[in-house]
Amino acid sequence: MDDDPRLFDYVLRLADNGVVLAQRLGEWVGKGPALEEDIALTNVGLDLLGQGRMWLAYAREIEARYAPPGRGEDALAFLRDGGEFRNLLLVEQPNGSYADTMARQFLFDQWHLMLLGALAGSKDERIAAIAAKAGKEVRYHVERSADWTIRLGDGTELSHRRMQDAVDALWMYTGEMFAVDAIERGLVAAGVAADAASLQGPWRSAVAAVFDEATLAMPGDGWMQGATGRGGKQGIHTEHLGHMLAEMQIVARSHPGARW
Amino acid sequence: MSSEWPLWEIFIRSQHGLAHKHVGSLHAVDAQMAIRNARDVYTRRNEGISIWVARSADIHASSPGDKEALFEPSNDKVYRHPTFFPMPDDVKHI
Repeated sequence: MDDDPRLFDYVLRLADNGVVLAQRLGEWVGKGPALEEDIALTNVGLDLLGQGRMWLAYAREIEARYAPPGRGEDALAFLRDGGEFRNLLLVEQPNGSYADTMARQFLFDQWHLMLLGALAGSKDERIAAIAAKAGKEVRYHVERSADWTIRLGDGTELSHRRMQDAVDALWMYTGEMFAVDAIERGLVAAGVAADAASLQGPWRSAVAAVFDEATLAMPGDGWMQGATGRGGKQGIHTEHLGHMLAEMQIVARSHPGARW
Repeated sequence: MSSEWPLWEIFIRSQHGLAHKHVGSLHAVDAQMAIRNARDVYTRRNEGISIWVARSADIHASSPGDKEALFEPSNDKVYRHPTFFPMPDDVKHI
């Protein structure tokens, strides 16, 4: 199919969000604020990694159709350089404090849930099936991250300040979630991709409702990073991704083909 | 920080179990968080379909020192066990 290279790119976008955010959450292992929270956050990370694998497996099949044999899941995850990653800038941002991590998680989860809801109706059966399966997990993710956003936002003076600072700092990465470029436009027209632009209104309302309960002020919409067709989805990343990938890929690159 | 969070006792009803069973305890600031944490700590391997949580401080236990007074008297009263009733052959699953 002529659309295959574009479809491959689109599925990579979905895959890389999961893989990169899972790696970020994995950085919290053993350092969570409480043992229970450590386990819970790691669970979310593993969910996202599982979803990333499903998307990568599909990406591989698509690539094999127009550039056989196509790279395997491991090669796609561990042997691509930063410029080949298609994740949103938001998910590669560093963990920071627990408030920073939870703010990043909530802003992403809320969008992720809506995106998967739309993708569940995709004309591409594989995309629809993966989205339906992942959606169940993400419904829980957003419950958790919204809960923490409210607890910290409407918590102590210090936790409120940290949550507000976190939201303010990450806000400029939220515009990219709703930016539709040429690749997506064609797939949206074909009924395969979700129209991300249409999610912006509902997303804003949902976020505003949680912020309201969390006593957080909605940040103003200033300059949005990556929203003009030159962002993570096009492979142009913040400086944080490269450092993260160095750690994530070191074993696979040092011992090519190693098995365990 | 975790030492400031109260302790909760967790009860899980498994797929085939009829009753909730005590599985352990964890820390959480309130009941809602306790249920969520229990979901992540105790049901990761498909163990359950229902979760109960109770503040550990709200559970009152019998004293181990009272064991003899509480439980020994029933040792020699076997007639309290329902094993002396003949069961009709037609009654199954008892």
